[in-house]
Amino acid sequence: MAEYTLNTPLTDADIEQLRAGDVVFLNGIIYSARDAAHKKLFELLDAGKELPFDLAGSAIYYVGPSPAPPGRPIGAAGPTTSYRMDTYAPRLHSLGMKASIGKGKRSDEVKAAMKEHTGVYFGATGGAGALLSNSIVESTVIAFDELGPEAIRAMKVKDFPLLVINDCHGGELYVKPKLDTAD
Amino acid sequence: MREIQVRDVIDAVAAMCIKANTELPDDVRAKFEQAMADETSASAKEVLRQLLENADLARDTKLPLCQDCGLAVFFVEVGDDVRVVGGNLRDAINDGVRKGYGDGFLRKSACDPLTRANTGDGTPAVIHFDMVPGDKLKIFYMAKGGGSENMSRVTMLAPAQGWEGIKKFVINRVAEAGPNPCPPTIIGIGIGGTFDHAAKIAKKSLMRRLDDTHPNPEIAAKEKELEDALNDLGIGPMGLGGKTTVLSVKMTMEPCHLASLPLAVNVQCHSQRHEEVEL
Repeated sequence: MAEYTLNTPLTDADIEQLRAGDVVFLNGIIYSARDAAHKKLFELLDAGKELPFDLAGSAIYYVGPSPAPPGRPIGAAGPTTSYRMDTYAPRLHSLGMKASIGKGKRSDEVKAAMKEHTGVYFGATGGAGALLSNSIVESTVIAFDELGPEAIRAMKVKDFPLLVINDCHGGELYVKPKLDTAD
Repeated sequence: MREIQVRDVIDAVAAMCIKANTELPDDVRAKFEQAMADETSASAKEVLRQLLENADLARDTKLPLCQDCGLAVFFVEVGDDVRVVGGNLRDAINDGVRKGYGDGFLRKSACDPLTRANTGDGTPAVIHFDMVPGDKLKIFYMAKGGGSENMSRVTMLAPAQGWEGIKKFVINRVAEAGPNPCPPTIIGIGIGGTFDHAAKIAKKSLMRRLDDTHPNPEIAAKEKELEDALNDLGIGPMGLGGKTTVLSVKMTMEPCHLASLPLAVNVQCHSQRHEEVEL
């Protein structure tokens, strides 16, 4: 397993070298978006309007942080379960998104989109929201403030610790459960 | 009849919400440490190391352990000889949630099911009341995360399927959930009652301390049998492989209709934030 330090915006070359199981420390700006924000992004796309951030080379973090207490840029900020964004991810990959960050399994459609458009799916440790917030040095709401925790935030990250779960070559890190009693 | 001031309920509930979300309970921490000693894979150990570091950081900074501070779920045991004065008990619990989630900078995750509009203050809590003998008021709280709750199921088995059918359903459910609910999980199982009651006793099972032993030795043995079978799945911490897929299995069994075998599987993430208080 290799270790990389990468910066956003991400390039095809950044993504192509990655293999499932690699550790990546990510730097630069990433964008938070989860269920409700994705729905609104798609409404903008369908209406032919401009998105609140540039998708080219972008990394979207599936997170709804807790409120920032005084003296910190953000509250706890760990990943939410990714499959709920599976319906949205293929189109975003086709429009330039390079990486999504979350936890849990992705659909075959998302994996195919990552192959076709050179994308990657990173896992962050679920339930380590306090720890992960230490790698977020700035956070600004840039769209859909009315969504509260689900608003889109531009987050500046420093050595954000990630694992490659699905690479763009069809590799996957998650283990298959050992089921000998299943039908 | 003993009287409890509504103010005391509000303060106790607010304090529980903040404490549970920022201080990993000692029974859960002990399970992490045990898993750390048992695991041999580097990735499993690294996940557990991060979770322990996360718990230390949350305790020291008062940041929530997890950004999903849950839907507030309560089981309330009201003694026959106690009453709350100065207000209504349900309102007091919701006021406590409002205060705790506000003062503690906890994420408010309650929303309208269809418009998805956030209610803004973490309420309404899900509250189950029970009348018990005595003059005490006992309140159990859990911050129930959505990711693991989504992996839970209720099913109505045929009586002929029996224990083997129950076991198969639980194993398949945990296998199918895989990495999604933040393993290593705690599995609450409700067997019997009705459709709704099975789910309720599954949830209440999750209020137990992880290090307790069921007082009925037959049920304790079944919990152990399931725990071993689930850990044999090899899903491991965060689905990266390992010996620890579940931290514990907690089961409650009650009589049911002649025609039925209701089964509820309530999945709880490793961040098992629970507190209880007696007033």
